[in-house]
Amino acid sequence: MTLIKDGYFSQTELAQLPGMPSRERLHEGPCVVIECAQQIPCDPCEAACHEGAIEIGDSIINLPKLDPSKCGGCGLCIAACPGQCLFVVDMTYSDTEGTVQFPYEFLPYPQKGDTVHGLNRGGDIVCDAEVLKVLHPKKFDHTAVITVSVPKEYAMEVRTIKIKGNHHG
Amino acid sequence: MRITQHPILGKRDKQQYVKIICDGQPIEAIAGEPIAAALMAAGKTIFRYTRKKKDPRGVFCAIGQCTECMMTVDGIPNVRTCITPVQDGMNVQTQHGLGQVKANP
Amino acid sequence: MNHVELAIIGAGPAGLSAAIEAASVGVQTIVFDENQQAGGQLFKQIHKFFGSRAHQAGARGIDIGKNLLGQVAASGAEIKLDTVVWGIFEGNKVGVVTNGRNVICKADRILLATGASENVLAFPGWTLPGVMGAGAIQTMVNVHRVLPGKRVLMIGSGNVGLIVSYQLLQAGAEVVALVEAMDRIGGYAVHASKIKRAGTPILIRHTIKEAVGNGKVEQATIVQLNDNGNVIEGTERTLDVDVICMACGLSPLAELAWLAGCRFTDVAPLGGLLPVHDDNMQTSLPGMYVAGDIAGIEEASTAIEEGRLAGIAIAESLGYLTTTDATVKKQAVNDRSEQLRDGPFGITRREAKETLIRRSLET
Repeated sequence: MTLIKDGYFSQTELAQLPGMPSRERLHEGPCVVIECAQQIPCDPCEAACHEGAIEIGDSIINLPKLDPSKCGGCGLCIAACPGQCLFVVDMTYSDTEGTVQFPYEFLPYPQKGDTVHGLNRGGDIVCDAEVLKVLHPKKFDHTAVITVSVPKEYAMEVRTIKIKGNHHG
Repeated sequence: MRITQHPILGKRDKQQYVKIICDGQPIEAIAGEPIAAALMAAGKTIFRYTRKKKDPRGVFCAIGQCTECMMTVDGIPNVRTCITPVQDGMNVQTQHGLGQVKANP
Repeated sequence: MNHVELAIIGAGPAGLSAAIEAASVGVQTIVFDENQQAGGQLFKQIHKFFGSRAHQAGARGIDIGKNLLGQVAASGAEIKLDTVVWGIFEGNKVGVVTNGRNVICKADRILLATGASENVLAFPGWTLPGVMGAGAIQTMVNVHRVLPGKRVLMIGSGNVGLIVSYQLLQAGAEVVALVEAMDRIGGYAVHASKIKRAGTPILIRHTIKEAVGNGKVEQATIVQLNDNGNVIEGTERTLDVDVICMACGLSPLAELAWLAGCRFTDVAPLGGLLPVHDDNMQTSLPGMYVAGDIAGIEEASTAIEEGRLAGIAIAESLGYLTTTDATVKKQAVNDRSEQLRDGPFGITRREAKETLIRRSLET
């Protein structure tokens, strides 16, 4: 119930989503994490994936279902999601760190190499994050996709960043 | 406060500026924008005072429906500033009550 | 302008879509709108829309608006802006003020696509400058690019409250808190999650008690509610804010339908009292149609489909489309609408629409 009362998922709610890769899969390499829990009429993620890893099916209210074996973690689905609820997590980045790729629609954009605050789903600062990549090609239509590295234990926690000294995102 | 940079809308195209006078003070406005936008950008919050209780009122609906933002413009009272575009040299005054219509404005 | 085949009142998503469908098959169409720009509220919607490709999902409202205007231009329909429709009279006569002149326009068919107005919440201090409707914030921030303040209290967690909060963050303001009187977030969780992870507190079972300030909003007192919706004394908290934004829902803007004498019915999930309409969007008055929020509060995407349906039905009734062609077109529209009115959020609206249409058949 956390989602509709607080606006973010409990771990139990997350685990039940058809768009969640298993813990094991996450440790094999980059994979999308689809945090879409309500049956709203929406399907752009399905077409955004060239590998056929995301399936909505006949009715556009179906929740996106992930085939983790087909996902290579390219991240093309991230900016396509109008709900901004797709993230790519890579637990294999280093021995101690994982990466999180997420949508970002605030200015200024962080710069590659910046150390920023890592924020969890509830908006709390949980760790430092290092910015690895900032992509905003025209086809993302003003939704930037940012990759940060964070301590591995926070890769499934951090979902956005806050530039140090800024009051929001 | 003007929003100069925006993640979705981008930078604004080059604007033409005009000058309006509000309660005697010159204010820079962007050509074509509503009076209320120019005043709000300049930090003005009180657009008028009500007739009986003299309560302050400002922009409420911004689409010309609620009449909260009425001011006296070039001598004409009760002008909805949220949907009336600025013009160079326009004289805008905070309105008290229903305003006054001059015999020969 | 003294006589037209189709007069559409309102150049928002519903009205424009109807104009496209009707004018592109030859109906002489004119769209009246009191605003300086066509598009209704679409040009304030800078977020990406849901739906499927057929509904232009993933495109931002502003771009869907531009697209519609392009299609209208190609269809041959005329749009008259800065033009107020002030009355509708017997014999489908429309009272119009344009260029400072009053004109009576006789229309063979009339489509009312007047949209909605915002509901307001009255509380001590609500008339202070700085208390604004969510639509006003969107207009100022996303159209005129002026930020009304820096620290905002948002009232209401429906999609409008959630989206406008996000847009305020994008424009550089801080949303100090969002309060919601219900025991759950009203809008889509994905919209809530976006502002939540950016640091905006969402407080359910909370409401505003009072706004205070010298000449403008300076502080707001919020308070917790119990499960019966009553204030829990002692839970008051005072926040320093300079803007209080109300996003308390919408009501159909139906004055012209009342004036014309359309039969109304109360359908709460669609926003309350509405003119009844049949499955062609025709009201109880022959030749008078409705589409969009006046026919039930939904979203821009559904308004576009309803407008198309009305446009097709009107073209058919005027003989510009054969029944066969019209049936095929209507089916395609209805299929798309049905997709939007599905799932836990949409199904209530679908059932309410069915009720509305059923009631149009009662006498």
